[in-house]
Amino acid sequence: MDGVSVNFTVNGREVTATVDPRTLLVHFLREHLKLTGTHIGCDTSQCGACTVHLDGKPAKSCALLAVQLEGAEVTTIEGIAGPDGMHPMQAAFKEHHGLQCGFCTPGMVMMGIDIANRHEAPDEATIRSELEGNLCRCTGYHNIVASIAAGASASRRREASG
Amino acid sequence: MKPARFRYLRAESVDDALQALADNPDAQILAGGQSLIAMMNLRLVKPACLIDINRIWNIGYIDEEGDGVAIGTLARHNDVKHSPLIRERCPLLTEAYESIAHHTVRNRGTLGGNLCHADPSSEAPAVMIAVGATLELMSVHGKREVGAEDFFLGTYETARRQGEMLTEIRIPGRGADGWAFAEISNRHGDFAIAVIATTLRLANGRCEVARVVASGVGEHAARLKPAEDALIGRPIDDARIDAAAAAAAGAVDPHSDSHADAAYRRDAIAALTRRTVSRAAERCG
Repeated sequence: MDGVSVNFTVNGREVTATVDPRTLLVHFLREHLKLTGTHIGCDTSQCGACTVHLDGKPAKSCALLAVQLEGAEVTTIEGIAGPDGMHPMQAAFKEHHGLQCGFCTPGMVMMGIDIANRHEAPDEATIRSELEGNLCRCTGYHNIVASIAAGASASRRREASG
Repeated sequence: MKPARFRYLRAESVDDALQALADNPDAQILAGGQSLIAMMNLRLVKPACLIDINRIWNIGYIDEEGDGVAIGTLARHNDVKHSPLIRERCPLLTEAYESIAHHTVRNRGTLGGNLCHADPSSEAPAVMIAVGATLELMSVHGKREVGAEDFFLGTYETARRQGEMLTEIRIPGRGADGWAFAEISNRHGDFAIAVIATTLRLANGRCEVARVVASGVGEHAARLKPAEDALIGRPIDDARIDAAAAAAAGAVDPHSDSHADAAYRRDAIAALTRRTVSRAAERCG
């Protein structure tokens, strides 16, 4: 099979590769770039473990082909921490124990950041509704919801002071 | 590697895509890919060739057309869901979007792709039939129009012929029609167990036009004519709503699966018909 050339940005770094067209973005991230923070849960765009940001919006990297990303900007869980440490959403997940086994966590954090971007002060009902596309089989979601509420408010404080 | 091998072609324009379709009879169009790639990952489908239309810049529009709306085939679900123009001119679709997928999938998935995929439990086909939408299909030989009602032929099967691409979805002006959408599913945003989309027009207190469209209970979304006949020519009162609900339940022949058996689906259709007809009648005028 002829490879297809693709050039895009991952976590601010330019990536050029020749890939088999059937390579899913999530496999490209994990196997070619060794960015294994993005997890594969279901492969069928249901569970949200593979959520990354594509041009600033959450997308399921199991339902995208790497060759489709020509010119795109992708951000993964590895790309959100700042020079001063964890992203406020990551810190909130740590502080509020928003994980147990941790498998769904990268997707939850990426979705949490997007929820905070789109909602001024998301309440519990909003967060639960927004999390429809992210499954967790351990926590019962309680601490994930608390983490995202706290992370959203911490992100706003950081913006206000920044 | 999850999907089987395929050739990948990137179309930069509609003409490009149509030529690629003509040159590659074994090709399938890749729009948002939120159903197609999942099915390829499961190897339920193995297209030999994919024509990626995501880079075609001018087919994602949502525009006024007369007193209706023209939607480019690549309009993303979330753009349609949050469009003020759609909310004003096709509020049935806005209401249905409350039940369609979830945010991340809607960011990428497209209305045109959803319609061409023709999942038997999909919501948008029912809405398109209920509002009398027209679908524009193009090939290298020209274009033609197909009414939504004639577009859905079976499970994952549409009137789109080999070499054709759905290019535009045209929704007529709503006038004073009432509308309502209701769905029952296991989880919000999940595949529907049963869907009803209803539009009604009243004249002098009597029902002049009715469309009661079901999804999830047959091979494809379809009008329930006996339910419509129970309404037409009469005032919409409780007795008529009951008659339409009973007629709707009698008009479907649903399947049983692990989510719901046929009897449950039939009851759901009656309940959803009752809810949507009464809500649509309140919204007339």
